Amino acid sequence: MKVLVPVKRVIDYNVKIRVNSEESAVETNNVKMSMNPFDEIAVEEAVRLKEAGLVDEIIIVSIGNKSVQETIRTAFAMGGDRGIHIVNEDNTEPLVVAKILKDLVINEKTDLVIMGKQAIDDDANQTGQMLAALLNWPQGTFASKIELNNKELNIVREIDGGLETLKIKLPCVVTTDLRLNEPRYASLPNIMKAKKKEIIEVPISDTGIDFKNRLEVLKVQEPPVRIGGRKVEDVNELINVLKNEVGVI
Amino acid sequence: MSVLVIAEVNGKEVDRGTLSTVTAAQKISDEISLLVLDKSEDVLKGCQKIKGVTKVIAAKGDLEGGLAENIAPVIVEAVKEATHILSSAGTFGKNIMPRVAALHDSQQISDVCEIIDQDTFVRPIYAGNALATVKSLDKVKFLTVRATAFQAAETEGGSADVLDGPMAKTNGLSTFVKRDLSESDRPELTAAKIVVSGGRGIGSADNFAILDSLADKLGAAVGASRAAVDAGYIPNDYQVGQTGKVVAPELYIAIGISGAIQHLAGMKDSKIIVAINKDEDAPIFQIADFGLVGDLFQIIPELSEKL
Repeated sequence: MKVLVPVKRVIDYNVKIRVNSEESAVETNNVKMSMNPFDEIAVEEAVRLKEAGLVDEIIIVSIGNKSVQETIRTAFAMGGDRGIHIVNEDNTEPLVVAKILKDLVINEKTDLVIMGKQAIDDDANQTGQMLAALLNWPQGTFASKIELNNKELNIVREIDGGLETLKIKLPCVVTTDLRLNEPRYASLPNIMKAKKKEIIEVPISDTGIDFKNRLEVLKVQEPPVRIGGRKVEDVNELINVLKNEVGVI
Repeated sequence: MSVLVIAEVNGKEVDRGTLSTVTAAQKISDEISLLVLDKSEDVLKGCQKIKGVTKVIAAKGDLEGGLAENIAPVIVEAVKEATHILSSAGTFGKNIMPRVAALHDSQQISDVCEIIDQDTFVRPIYAGNALATVKSLDKVKFLTVRATAFQAAETEGGSADVLDGPMAKTNGLSTFVKRDLSESDRPELTAAKIVVSGGRGIGSADNFAILDSLADKLGAAVGASRAAVDAGYIPNDYQVGQTGKVVAPELYIAIGISGAIQHLAGMKDSKIIVAINKDEDAPIFQIADFGLVGDLFQIIPELSEKL
């Protein structure tokens, strides 16, 4: 079985982001970029399935400018087999991404897509569900545990207030939550091997998909700054201010 | 304009997030239909009374487990003349809404925290470290709503009619097995007026009990930072932050939490923030309205006792 794993290049999660001076976007120039953490978990899960003999090939897909090939190679170093780079200099919205992935799934005849539940830049949390809808496949979102059998996947999902267990039929889409696994660090020999793996480039205009954005970003701003910093001396003073000054208890 | 709100039902009643979503819907239109994917008479009666709701649409058929594969077609059918489809941005809405939006060829807008007009919305990006104002060019708009950004609609005073809704059919793609919800007598984390949260400074799973007595005194929910979850002190569904829950209570008490950006993203919209930490340089103090430097193992029992 082939598995498709889409990966997104985003600002590293440790970086404190800045809005640009035009207030049109978050500054990405000269900022450390990494693979979206949820996508790393997706790659790791695919590699574990391959190591368990349940998957034969892992196809890594990314959409963006030339630099996303670096992210594809990071996935190669973890265990991805080959890559597809859909070239788009602009931001690609989730619905367009889902349409691109749908065509790739059909062309590549994959039975499983594992992807991050959301990207930590736009925080949309949509693409996996949209892809499942377009393919009329079942979706196992926010997975914290999966067990793959021949024709079925048992999945434990993170939901508000606890966990939910579902059985879904293959082919299907799985989106990863944090507790699914801990991604490995790539070894040096694997990083070297990753350089030789194949990446096919496809310009987005060659996909035949209408990739025009449906959301116009009017502005991007910093959230209002919260100013705190006042200290209280002891428990008595704390109770006093909470009761009498701000009246929250 | 007319709005269709997808209700999320939690056991016996509509989730608080749905009530906030009704408030958000009122900023778009006066015509608000509530689609209920639960057949309980009590739930439907409760929905009729929600202030602002003009119609309750009761879905029929196989609704067990709220499986996305079975209920997405029901929502698609219920959309009809609605111009805006809204749900709360909890895991229920996050799971189902993009599936419906894609079937409508519409680019969803997630986690809306402000409605400017019928086409223009504000939403947090980068875990709330920036706010994007976006204008939708789609004819029908699909939104998930950040519940903490809108007041809950009143649960009394409405008198909506109940109409028969579409029939859900099982398509056999997925099967519901079970749901394991954390049992607690305390208020739900995202709906609580007061939240008492612990971080790595709590030191162990056993020590978390120290927060229980304080939470009980205050009628508060208990939360945790990702560091405390990662250390195995407390289950993940208690996590407040970028990768956990977003809360905005009247009072948030952060105990033994240093204040990583990740955590602040989940609680910085709380009305009053109190920080208790032995490290006086902890970043949490910069955003806390009131900080108390000291040993939490002395402070918390004293606080519980004196309240």
